[in-house]
Amino acid sequence: MSESKPESGPVINPRVTCEGCSVLLDINDGDRLVFARLSAGSTLKIGNKTYSLQPLIGCPFGSLFQVESGKEKPYLSRFVPPTEENNVQDEGGSQLQEESRDNRAIIDNNQAQTLTGEDIDAMRRQGATGNEIVEALIANSATFDKKTQFSQEKYRLKKQKKYAPRVLLRRPFCRSICEAYFKKYPARIGFLRVDALSLLLSMANVTANSDALVVDMVGGLVTGAVAERLGGTGSVCSTYLGGTPYPIEIIRMFNFSDEICKRILRCSFNDLCSVQIETGEQVSQHEDDCTMESQSNEKTSLSIGTEDVHLSSNNGDTDLVPENKLSSSSKTCKAPKAGEKAPKEAIQSWKENGFSSLIIAAPEQDAWGLVKDFLPLLTYSAPFAIYHQYLQPLATCMHNLQLEKMAIGLQISEPWLREYQVLPSRTHPCMQMSGTGGYILSEFQVAQLGDPPPPWVNLSRNKNSDRISNRNFWLIFQWLNPRPCSLSMVSGKYANWDCAFCIG
Amino acid sequence: MLLIDPSKKICFNRCIRDGDLAIVYEKHDTMKAVKVCENSVFQNRFGLFKHSDWIGKSFGSKVFSNKGGFIYLLAPTPELWTLVLSHRTQILYIADISFVIMYMEIVPGCLVLESGTGSGSLTTSLARAVAPTGHVYTFDFHEQRAALAREDFERTGVNTLVTVGVTDIQGEGFPDEFSGSADSVFLDLPQPWLAIPSAGKMLKHDGILCSFSPCIEQVQRSCETLRLNFTDIRTFEILLRTYEVSEWKMDCSKVEDGGSVSPPGKRRRQSSSEGSVRDNPSCPAVMARPSADARGHTGYLTFARLKCIS
Repeated sequence: MSESKPESGPVINPRVTCEGCSVLLDINDGDRLVFARLSAGSTLKIGNKTYSLQPLIGCPFGSLFQVESGKEKPYLSRFVPPTEENNVQDEGGSQLQEESRDNRAIIDNNQAQTLTGEDIDAMRRQGATGNEIVEALIANSATFDKKTQFSQEKYRLKKQKKYAPRVLLRRPFCRSICEAYFKKYPARIGFLRVDALSLLLSMANVTANSDALVVDMVGGLVTGAVAERLGGTGSVCSTYLGGTPYPIEIIRMFNFSDEICKRILRCSFNDLCSVQIETGEQVSQHEDDCTMESQSNEKTSLSIGTEDVHLSSNNGDTDLVPENKLSSSSKTCKAPKAGEKAPKEAIQSWKENGFSSLIIAAPEQDAWGLVKDFLPLLTYSAPFAIYHQYLQPLATCMHNLQLEKMAIGLQISEPWLREYQVLPSRTHPCMQMSGTGGYILSEFQVAQLGDPPPPWVNLSRNKNSDRISNRNFWLIFQWLNPRPCSLSMVSGKYANWDCAFCIG
Repeated sequence: MLLIDPSKKICFNRCIRDGDLAIVYEKHDTMKAVKVCENSVFQNRFGLFKHSDWIGKSFGSKVFSNKGGFIYLLAPTPELWTLVLSHRTQILYIADISFVIMYMEIVPGCLVLESGTGSGSLTTSLARAVAPTGHVYTFDFHEQRAALAREDFERTGVNTLVTVGVTDIQGEGFPDEFSGSADSVFLDLPQPWLAIPSAGKMLKHDGILCSFSPCIEQVQRSCETLRLNFTDIRTFEILLRTYEVSEWKMDCSKVEDGGSVSPPGKRRRQSSSEGSVRDNPSCPAVMARPSADARGHTGYLTFARLKCIS
């Protein structure tokens, strides 16, 4: 059974790229991640050369591309790596050998390599492949043989990344988009880390056919993540206080199908709470205002949204790849429909049934203020999760929720994530680690406290009063229940209730 | 539990019905799953509760016992289920589960293979993630555990999305019928490297495999095997730290006798440094601190993508 997302438009194979789709380019095995939109004119810059992305259109996601020297200029060509690469064999064979070399005699004076930059350029002009250049560099290095085996591997990998870079074509998914932003522009997403985002989605029980209410002030990342989990069913309402919707341009990077885009709706808090549905006139005027606002938002957000999020490794390459010339072409390719104003029927349905989850990701707002406003829109027993980059607002919010008895199962969690490097004899946690991914407050909405307890019940849980109320209960019970039953009361404790109440 | 059937989804009008699964919430760490049955009762230290009182109320309601004690009734979610299910094996908890589902890029419509099923904690969350059009095929070599898992999936209502098979995946690999059709494969086995080649055959190109192993030696061997046919291999560890919140009333008035030693507790005397007396005698402050109990380790999560060869 393969993926069968309901598609309203032409069936697009989600595992193959197409013109106009958004892709994530992984350069040199995670060193650099670039978002791009594929078209005949789009390009990618690696080092100081620019390559056309046209060869990538129509290829399956997961394909690997390597730089090849072409007649006119270098281009990206698809290649299939051999199943057992040289370094794997080396590792397997020499693992048993004791490493006798070390670096005591190696002096770092920048004179070990005898090939110059001009020599390398000349080789390139003669049509040498990247791998041949790497081998030549190794052959001409005076210190290569003195290095330890691990050191040699590191050296080879470094040269390969520079002279024979590889590009991996990846699908943009919630996880990769979040990781990319967290590395490069964490402030734009409120320092929301991947694991914190995944916790938000789980704790709020986001699933198909649910109606999720999202207060998204992290650029649209949470809205997009929720829409991805809904998969074209249910709906996600991105709401906002005041008159201006919060920008959610990140959802455009997701490559959503039409069906999913239709489910991403926007509605202001006032509209969600208004008692009466506005009359036709008012609605159309309001809509005009909103569309004007959202159009101006879209113009600014498109230029931000189609920017590539360019991450760099230690070599300090921090240029952005601007795609301003592409913004017009991507507009005509596929008009983004996500984030349209919610129709009246949807608002009506949400009011009648209540939302089934609530996620608040407003890292610079007061959590309690937002919770007070949005909680009544949530249905009973629905879970909700609030993300904040600071602990204190969540502590205050949790305390207030406890006092007012508005929610149960309250918990503040902080996720901790560490990555490991796993290589033979070189396994250890990675040197770099994220210090914080924010905090999450999760809880369940309770039903309104209007249900009175049965008349014979004493509300306090005090032990003394329990005994008294038990006796009262016993007397009243005998009177109310017409069916006699065999009860045995042993000094204030009830035994065999199960038999007593099971009728039949 | 899951909203496959729109008529069963929780909403303002949805009441508890006979036959529903409800989660009885006594307090934060004491919960129990109970099937609502018109004629039966639930008993705990707060007293005795008749199920017939529950029927007709909304989920999330507070219900009372004969003794005046109360509990809340919550609608089940995979997170609550993980906390209340009976442990036949060690289970995965919410931190690992949510990270796995995010990193394996599981969305509605996916086909996911899992081994071993264990107590079905992760499986229930996988079912939620692939609903309504996807499917989870989970395998365990222990026949009794597989049967208990099937029962649990029926109780929670995810049985249409989950199929439990009894197979030794380590020894025999995944069944051939799934070749090339799985979007994701999850392994929670003592020797996952034995199952990795088979998992590679099951995955679609660029599909994702995840292996959960408590010991680093297992991770090392798995990664060696993964390097043959997989790329983008990453290993993580994820933990959750919880916080406790309490309100402290701090006295802000000046202490006359020059700083008495205050006993530990909620009320503390604080001498003002400038020597001015504040008007407000007490300033309540909400404080948060990490919980004393913390989980140190659950397991290492290793993710990898199948290399694209064609």
